[in-house]
Amino acid sequence: MNHWIIIPILLPLLTALTLLIGARMGMRRARVVSLTSLVLLLGVELYLLQLVASDTITLYALGNWPPPFGIVLQLDRLAALMLAMTGVLALFCTAYAACDRDGPGDSLHPLIHFLMLGLNGAFLTGDLFNLFVFFEVLLLASYALLLHGDGPRRAKAGLHYVVLNLAGSALFLIAVSLLYGVTGTLNMADMGARVAALDPADRPLAHTGGLLLFVVFGLKAAIAPLYFWLPGAYAAAVGPVAALFAVMTKVGIYSIVRVYGLAFSEGGAGFAEFFNPWLWPLAIVTLGLGVAGTLAARGLRQQIAYLVIVSVGTLLLGIAMNSVASLAALLYYLVHSTWICAVLFLLADVLLQQRGTVADTIAGGPRLLQGTSLGILFFIAAASVVGMPPTSGFVGKVGLMQAAASPQQVMWVWPALLLSGLFTITALSRSGSTFFWRTEGEATGEGRANAGALTAIGGLLALSIVLSFAGGWVLPYMEATAVQLADPEAYRQAASAYQPIRGNSP
Amino acid sequence: MEALIAAVIAVMTSCGVYLMLRARTFTVILGITLLSYAVNIFIFVMGRLVSTNPAVIGSGEAYPDPVPQALVLTAIVIGFAMTAFLLVLSLRARAELGNDHVDGRGEGSSS
Repeated sequence: MNHWIIIPILLPLLTALTLLIGARMGMRRARVVSLTSLVLLLGVELYLLQLVASDTITLYALGNWPPPFGIVLQLDRLAALMLAMTGVLALFCTAYAACDRDGPGDSLHPLIHFLMLGLNGAFLTGDLFNLFVFFEVLLLASYALLLHGDGPRRAKAGLHYVVLNLAGSALFLIAVSLLYGVTGTLNMADMGARVAALDPADRPLAHTGGLLLFVVFGLKAAIAPLYFWLPGAYAAAVGPVAALFAVMTKVGIYSIVRVYGLAFSEGGAGFAEFFNPWLWPLAIVTLGLGVAGTLAARGLRQQIAYLVIVSVGTLLLGIAMNSVASLAALLYYLVHSTWICAVLFLLADVLLQQRGTVADTIAGGPRLLQGTSLGILFFIAAASVVGMPPTSGFVGKVGLMQAAASPQQVMWVWPALLLSGLFTITALSRSGSTFFWRTEGEATGEGRANAGALTAIGGLLALSIVLSFAGGWVLPYMEATAVQLADPEAYRQAASAYQPIRGNSP
Repeated sequence: MEALIAAVIAVMTSCGVYLMLRARTFTVILGITLLSYAVNIFIFVMGRLVSTNPAVIGSGEAYPDPVPQALVLTAIVIGFAMTAFLLVLSLRARAELGNDHVDGRGEGSSS
């Protein structure tokens, strides 16, 4: 058993507890502890990434109970990829926050680590009920993060977010217990085999469970018509938190890929036939409404929140195409869109602090203190989110377009992606030109971003450009991940080959 | 017994959903609480309803499925924590917005 697998769960937990217990250690030390832990975490995650490169699926049985009865952590290529992506995102967001932007109060750093605990757990678990538990952990941390800071707007957005997610959790529990009641297992790989072998009379129940799960994941991923909570919540959160939340919708997309790939594998006894056709309209509608939102938004943060919804729609198109090539392109686009949306949220945070009372409203305002450097960063980030070469957004979108196999798919995918790109260019050039050129009077003199904060933003942006130039290494990894996901039998073999540790009995 | 339990779950769920759609935070919290009770019973029932099997393994021929019991315990604990958090949050929203409407609107608007 490789104990490194559980480190991405234990390290954030211990760090968060250390930060809570040592609340009096002062901001400076808290930042050092927090950042050190995230660097170590990223190191472990890179090791895990290298571990899965040999296409092995490593299981870690908690309590030494063999699967499918015990609870397992399951490290495959997808899990390692999601871990590393989240680790990078958290490191840069925390580095930005550590440049004097983690106030008010001292609760931001422990909460970030609790969020990481939930996220890493959700990516690693091979058990449907544990997916629920880790969802709750990350949601509880995200509730508190959203309310970080104060103000009536945040309280209202937070209330909506919490109530919606509690209703979602109730549905999640119904779906999980329904699937358990029908199949008698909670291990996702095992469930796949049992659903496929199900008595025809019981199939509708399993399908109901599967569709209920889709509602829950759709709520997390902000798929139309379940996205109305997102713009309000993200626009109300403080900068580093909004940037970190860029990964929250991707957790929903990850869960869809994971659960339907494993628990409803091989068509899930007829599940895929009636489920997949529904994904197309949902993806197109999400994309369309997201684009409409970016055009109509009045504030920059709201606009970026709608860009997150656009990326969710694009990712859902990748799932709807349902092939190995589209899954590989989807994973690439997922990494790109998470990082780039985070960069935009961080930039918006800097901008709104330099504009005094106008804040992030898309209207003329005072001159910016660091107009040139911020303008260059904003231009590159906007070009990347739209999908202009040579940025990673371009590679991601081209990958998705090439994955369209049949003429019908081309007919849906190409116009959807190209038109959404055109309209987001329009929306972003409107806000960019307003922010950087339609300025009058002197700068407010407040909110200067120090070198550290700009480096954090620029670093994450540079990584997403690197993602594009390193496509030759990244894309084969994504393809291998998609191939691995397409073979659920390998997961079951890993489970049946698992040997519990036989230690010396006391 | 199945029909009775199913009816109980149905009534609790519908009451919970109705209360959750109301405009005041207090009724919304009551609705979520009712819904989570209904969900807890649902999880429990998924281990099949039997009345003759002893709960302790080894004290009889057959025993009931222990997994849903473990699941329901987890769900109760998590639900309890979430309700407590929601209560505190709605009190804070009440303090900051000046009223207990879920959208923070004043008394003049319809509830």
